Amino acid sequence: MTNISLEEIIKPENLVYEKTKLMTDNVLSYCPGCGHGTAHRIAMEIIEELDLQEQTIGIAPVGCSVLAYDFMNIDMQQAAHGRAPAVATGIKRVYPDKIVFTYQGDGDLAAIGTAETIHACNRGENITIIFINNGIYGMTGGQMAPTTIPGMKSSTSPYGRDIKLMGNPLKMTELVAHLPGTYFVTRQAVHTPSAVRKAKRAIRKAFENQRDKKPGVSFVEIVSNCNSGWKMTPTDANKWMEENMFPYYPLGDIKVDGELVK
Amino acid sequence: MGELKLMKGNEALAEAAIRAGADAYFGYPITPQSEVIEYLMAEKPHERTGMVVLQAESEVAAINMIYGAAGAGKKVMTSSSSPGISLKQEGLSYIAGAELPCVYANVVRGGPGLGTIQPSQADYFQSTKGGGHGDYRQIVLAPASVQEMADFVKLGFELAFKYRLPVLILSDGVIGQMMEKVELFDQVPRLTDKEIEEKYPWATTGRKKGTERRVITSLALQAHEMEAHNLKLQAKYKTIRENEVRYEAINCDDAEYILVAYGSSARIAQKTVQMARQKGLKVGLFRLITLYPFPSVDMQELCKQGVKGFLAVEMSSGQMVEDVMLAVKGCAKVAHFGRFGGVVHTPEEVLNALEQKIIGG
Ligand SMILES: Cc1ncc(C[n+]2csc(CCOP(=O)(O)OP(=O)(O)O)c2C)c(N)n1
Ligand code: SF4
Ligand SMILES: [Mg+2]
Repeated sequence: MTNISLEEIIKPENLVYEKTKLMTDNVLSYCPGCGHGTAHRIAMEIIEELDLQEQTIGIAPVGCSVLAYDFMNIDMQQAAHGRAPAVATGIKRVYPDKIVFTYQGDGDLAAIGTAETIHACNRGENITIIFINNGIYGMTGGQMAPTTIPGMKSSTSPYGRDIKLMGNPLKMTELVAHLPGTYFVTRQAVHTPSAVRKAKRAIRKAFENQRDKKPGVSFVEIVSNCNSGWKMTPTDANKWMEENMFPYYPLGDIKVDGELVK
Repeated sequence: MGELKLMKGNEALAEAAIRAGADAYFGYPITPQSEVIEYLMAEKPHERTGMVVLQAESEVAAINMIYGAAGAGKKVMTSSSSPGISLKQEGLSYIAGAELPCVYANVVRGGPGLGTIQPSQADYFQSTKGGGHGDYRQIVLAPASVQEMADFVKLGFELAFKYRLPVLILSDGVIGQMMEKVELFDQVPRLTDKEIEEKYPWATTGRKKGTERRVITSLALQAHEMEAHNLKLQAKYKTIRENEVRYEAINCDDAEYILVAYGSSARIAQKTVQMARQKGLKVGLFRLITLYPFPSVDMQELCKQGVKGFLAVEMSSGQMVEDVMLAVKGCAKVAHFGRFGGVVHTPEEVLNALEQKIIGG
């Protein structure tokens, strides 16, 4: 290994990993260490591996990933804040054979877009939802989200989230799992290589379900970090996430093939 | 001759959506326009043309379904009444910003707030001056008959796709609820997915390998890019103002006084014109068909022809009258008359107002 030359390394037969062509070469606008970029990449890898790009339409939300269409090299629509599931419904209803997915943050999906999320899930739209839960409003500078956990600090809960005053965090994923219109509901993470592999498997299943016209929404939550919003270094943010977010939002499948996991 | 039917305005609008070759209707019930979705659900357009009809969870969701389907090149329509139209404004602003085609109808009721289910024309400002946020316009068609409720759906789609913007059919509770004979136009075939891909290269239908991705968005983070986009929109609106003005001038040739009205007020004003003519008064009706673009130039022409005064007749406290004033630029007297909050004026009341505010005043 040690004496392999640069010329050897760049030979096509020695290629071990290649960036998917479904990610553009635009520089990601995300903070270093942020989970959004990894989540984008694995979603696009799956579209490429399943060879779905020619029939896929993605919906970008309002949030840090508003510019997802600058990075995902597929046909995309940018939706108003929280409305992505309605936009996806509109497309899917007139193109039942196409693959339609939304990519949304927790403020987008679980606060302003609660009604659109619940009703798209309850109608059983044959779409895929990728839900990035970082417990905060990243884009607007770290305000409290519906998912901010008890005691967690944010710019609008500077002394920590006080349940009595600010209400409870919303476990949207558990909630939609109990609706008859969801087919696959899972919670994943992308902060370690093994987590990425599992998340990728889940996203693959979510798109395969849609491709195979399995009845209902395939919903993949990714518990992710927001080092900027949490005011931590990327490594501290990941550690804090494991110690505080995962106990509140346990990883794993919640509903598989239309059945709640016992 | 097309098929003749006796229909409610709302039903004619719904039937016209099917016949215009619409791909989908997304809506939410509200009086006085619930017949639109009820008619569509009963008619099973899926079996007739393959058209999709879906009752959304809210007007907000419905207009965003429109955004998605329109962004993918489909011919889509929604409708509502005043409170529901207010909820749609966010989506409409996005649709205008992203330059998507769609047709929607507002069967106006009295406001503000929950108001009344009785007819009104008090949403004129909202319809013609923006409604949602940002510097945008939409084409506004004002039907004055059940016939036009049907015809304007077809025309609306033509204009929406020609200019890629929302087209509003601004109706009211009278036109929506009344029954009249209507001659229905023949079925326009729906476009196939292949035809959509050929006709609308901007539509997000899935990126073919070896081609560039398409993006539907209203966002431009850089101010100069957003200004450039706004300039493009403004140029489009200018073209529309120059080419798409529609109105009907009734008894205006020799008129000294003109009633300016649209929708059900125009129907009432037409009766007033007859009454005035019987009294020997030279009164004409300038019926607006497009509220945006507004026929400003043609109104100035009426001044040159010797018109002494304009009475803006509308079921509001005075909204369209501002555009009449701007149009005539002081070349003749302008006044407003209208009952509002759900009350419909009578032809006699309009004649009285004309005599007092314009002729005698
Ligand atoms: C109607 C509306 N309200 C508020 C905003 C401001 N806003 C932009 S992004 C955002 C929160 C996004 O948070 P989240 O969905 O969690 O995404 P993240 O940035 O954390 O990935 C808010 C409140 C907006 N753009 N539109
Ligand atoms: S603010 Fe947070 S969510 Fe947004 S890019 Fe930075 S780390 Fe990621
Ligand atoms: Mg967030």
